[in-house]
Amino acid sequence: MEEKKEAEKEVLLRAENIRKVYPGTTALKGVDFNVYKGKVNVLVGENGAGKSTLMKILSGVETPTSGKIILGGQEFTHFTPKTATEQGIGIIYQELNLFPNMNVAENIFLGKEIESKPGWIDHKQQEDKARELLMKLEQDIDPKVLVQSLKVGQQQIVEIAKALSEDVSILIMDEPTSALSKTEVDVLFQIIDELKSNGVSIIYISHRLEELIQIGDFITVLRDGALITEKPMEEVNLQWIVSSMVGGDSSKIFHSGQRSIGEAVLKVEDLFLQGSAEEPLLDGVSLELNRGEVLGIYGLLGAGRSELLESVMGIHENAGGRIFLDDEELGEPDIKDRIKKGIALVPEDRQREGLVQTMSVSHNMTLAGLWRIVQSKFHIGSRKESENVNSMFQGMSIKAAGPEVLITSLSGGNQQKVVFGKSLLTNPKVLLLDEPTRGIDVGAKGEIFNIMNDLAEKGLGIILVTSELKEIMAICDRVIVLSKGKVTGEFSKSEIDEDALVNASAIGHMTTSQRTVREQV
Amino acid sequence: MNTLKRSDISIGMVLLKLRTVIALVFLTVIFTILLQTGRGINFLHPLNLITIAKHVAITGILAIGMTFVIITGGIDLSVGSIVGLTGMIAGGLIHEGLVLNVFGITIYFHVLVIMLICLILGTLLGTVNGLLITKLNVAPFIGTLGIMYIARGFANIRSGGATFPNLQGKAELGNTGFPILGAGRILGLPLSIWIMIVLLGITLYVSKKTPLGRHIYAIGGNRRAAELSGVQVGRTTTLVYMFSGFCSAIVGLIIASQLVAAHPATGESYEMNAIAAAVLGGTSLSGGIGTVGGTIVGAFVIGVLSDGLVMLGVSQFWQNVIKGFVIIAAVVFDQMQQKMNARSTEVKDKKSRKEDVA
Repeated sequence: MEEKKEAEKEVLLRAENIRKVYPGTTALKGVDFNVYKGKVNVLVGENGAGKSTLMKILSGVETPTSGKIILGGQEFTHFTPKTATEQGIGIIYQELNLFPNMNVAENIFLGKEIESKPGWIDHKQQEDKARELLMKLEQDIDPKVLVQSLKVGQQQIVEIAKALSEDVSILIMDEPTSALSKTEVDVLFQIIDELKSNGVSIIYISHRLEELIQIGDFITVLRDGALITEKPMEEVNLQWIVSSMVGGDSSKIFHSGQRSIGEAVLKVEDLFLQGSAEEPLLDGVSLELNRGEVLGIYGLLGAGRSELLESVMGIHENAGGRIFLDDEELGEPDIKDRIKKGIALVPEDRQREGLVQTMSVSHNMTLAGLWRIVQSKFHIGSRKESENVNSMFQGMSIKAAGPEVLITSLSGGNQQKVVFGKSLLTNPKVLLLDEPTRGIDVGAKGEIFNIMNDLAEKGLGIILVTSELKEIMAICDRVIVLSKGKVTGEFSKSEIDEDALVNASAIGHMTTSQRTVREQV
Repeated sequence: MNTLKRSDISIGMVLLKLRTVIALVFLTVIFTILLQTGRGINFLHPLNLITIAKHVAITGILAIGMTFVIITGGIDLSVGSIVGLTGMIAGGLIHEGLVLNVFGITIYFHVLVIMLICLILGTLLGTVNGLLITKLNVAPFIGTLGIMYIARGFANIRSGGATFPNLQGKAELGNTGFPILGAGRILGLPLSIWIMIVLLGITLYVSKKTPLGRHIYAIGGNRRAAELSGVQVGRTTTLVYMFSGFCSAIVGLIIASQLVAAHPATGESYEMNAIAAAVLGGTSLSGGIGTVGGTIVGAFVIGVLSDGLVMLGVSQFWQNVIKGFVIIAAVVFDQMQQKMNARSTEVKDKKSRKEDVA
């Protein structure tokens, strides 16, 4: 019996003491990771825990700063995409990496085209092989169809087919189900079972914890770039996974006392936003925010959280509904106007939306609030500007060589503080925070939370969008849960409970079959 | 305590940053020596320097407008054609007046009115560029390329390809005085140089000390982030193209006035000189980086180079070859500077991390 169990636990690949340092943050701090042969090896952790970085290292996209990878008795310091492929490692990325302007077969065989003679692609054979692969996946997708005309779920299947078109011994799936419907997930799980029985090892990353328990054989937990533990799946349950991901009861650190919450500062009524998809991104969302209150918005990817903040900010010109700030109704969506009236946003994607990389720290910080420091309508007073910037530097203890250095020379956490500073220098009444702790160190996270606390105490109304339950529990006075653009739950501080939040966030995410059954009833 | 290490990096950085100035000094020294020894000409004679500066003003004024366009991440290929068209419009209005067939009369305007009309026309063409780019989402390269052809076409149509000569105007028509713009001097310096200096002063102030300037840099650095910070991206971008058109009209008037004639082919390939000056001066074509001061130094490099080569008797063809090499060298240095910047950032970052750990 013992022997059998040992045989089952054959390690195909072992990553040892992997470190990965990026400018400004350490993504992996000496992580060990085992991939057992013919098993589903689950990797979990919160956003920024280092899962994706580890997978990028295994697939050769990133080079580890130090550490080694042992595969089939051979030792590697790092992989390149080419060597990883040669070693039989395939990866399906979280973001789809397909070329929408090419057809399915061309995508599947990209970079490894089948040639009839050198330089000439054998389209016929590629299409036949592609069709064969897709049949195996039980998907009726025409290989000649352009990828852009496929649904997201189908595109995910094409990704999988692409990975399987090579002889893989290890297949990495990074959030493969985030875009899939329930039925498509079932198909995927069948495929995984089949692959397992063929001896393929799967590395599986997902935020959907129930899925992990269902499909996983081994589970490895990462937290803040460090390995927490590795266990066989039968020894763990959902509760254990959540608590080891989140790590103890750190949730009480930031905000224990009662805040003095004032009258309503922001009222949102019947917010509606149509995206490119059939279903609206926001569908009749109403909420109220009070002075000195931190309101959390929780929901799954695509629930409409960012869209809610963006609509309040006036970014979406086609957003419907009414928004009141201090009982004054805001007019047509106009970012400049809403900033002046007292709404400020810290956007989700710091690099893409928050910072101007070519500008200095100081210029970034004053960019949104220049109208507050101009004299005689158009002159930027140097002293006033530096006073403003310095107050933020001290208030948030920003670590930088000085306000005149380029913003890109700062670490992620300090960059985020600059984005915060930019928002605060517009003197807002309402602060909208979209995943403000994403991709920054733990220490900086704590500081960001302290800043939020201070601001709430000063009477700002804060809306915090986050996908990390820990953060919600740590700082929010109230939580609203969104699912598919609708409010599906509201919880006061005393009612906040992980299960309830997760359940509310899943409302509306049922399969078509379930829905038809329900409608028939 | 870290100053020693930092200064190691910064000496190189300063040299790289001042590379255009250094190149300018270097070229001037070379030409002075070569011309003095070879041909007995004093390159540094004030009259010669003024002539060079007069040439530089043409490129420089265009390049000031172009710099802001490039800082927003765009490009303006139409400036040369706008130079041509505004010159032709000015020439036509002085030479032929405005013929109104319906009434059987011809109106001759005062030259100041004519200049105003031309400046408005240039600005309007810039507005069209801006609206094409911001409202209709045409790529800057394509939109301004279209306007380049259209403006050049109309410049030729205006006269059927002929030159409008003798723009002195006639006293009895009350439209004399146009050549003053080209020939007039204040304190010994031609007006065109003064215009460049004034424009440089204004744009330096705007770029450094006004929200408009900040917004222009922010748009080029990260359009989306600028938008979310309340910058009115469309309006600001359009304004920048308007200004470039305005600068082009100024140059159109200056050239027509200097020659006392307007020719429809005037200004051909001037946009390239303007772009070259901006790039030499450190403006990054990917947007967000550059200064008008640098651009003017860049314009002087081009001016000194071409005039010096002419005085040395180097053929026009070889001049082009040399100009091309200089531009490429400038961009290569630019890349080096960026790499050095990145490296010093890394060093700083490692340092701060060590401090963090400590």
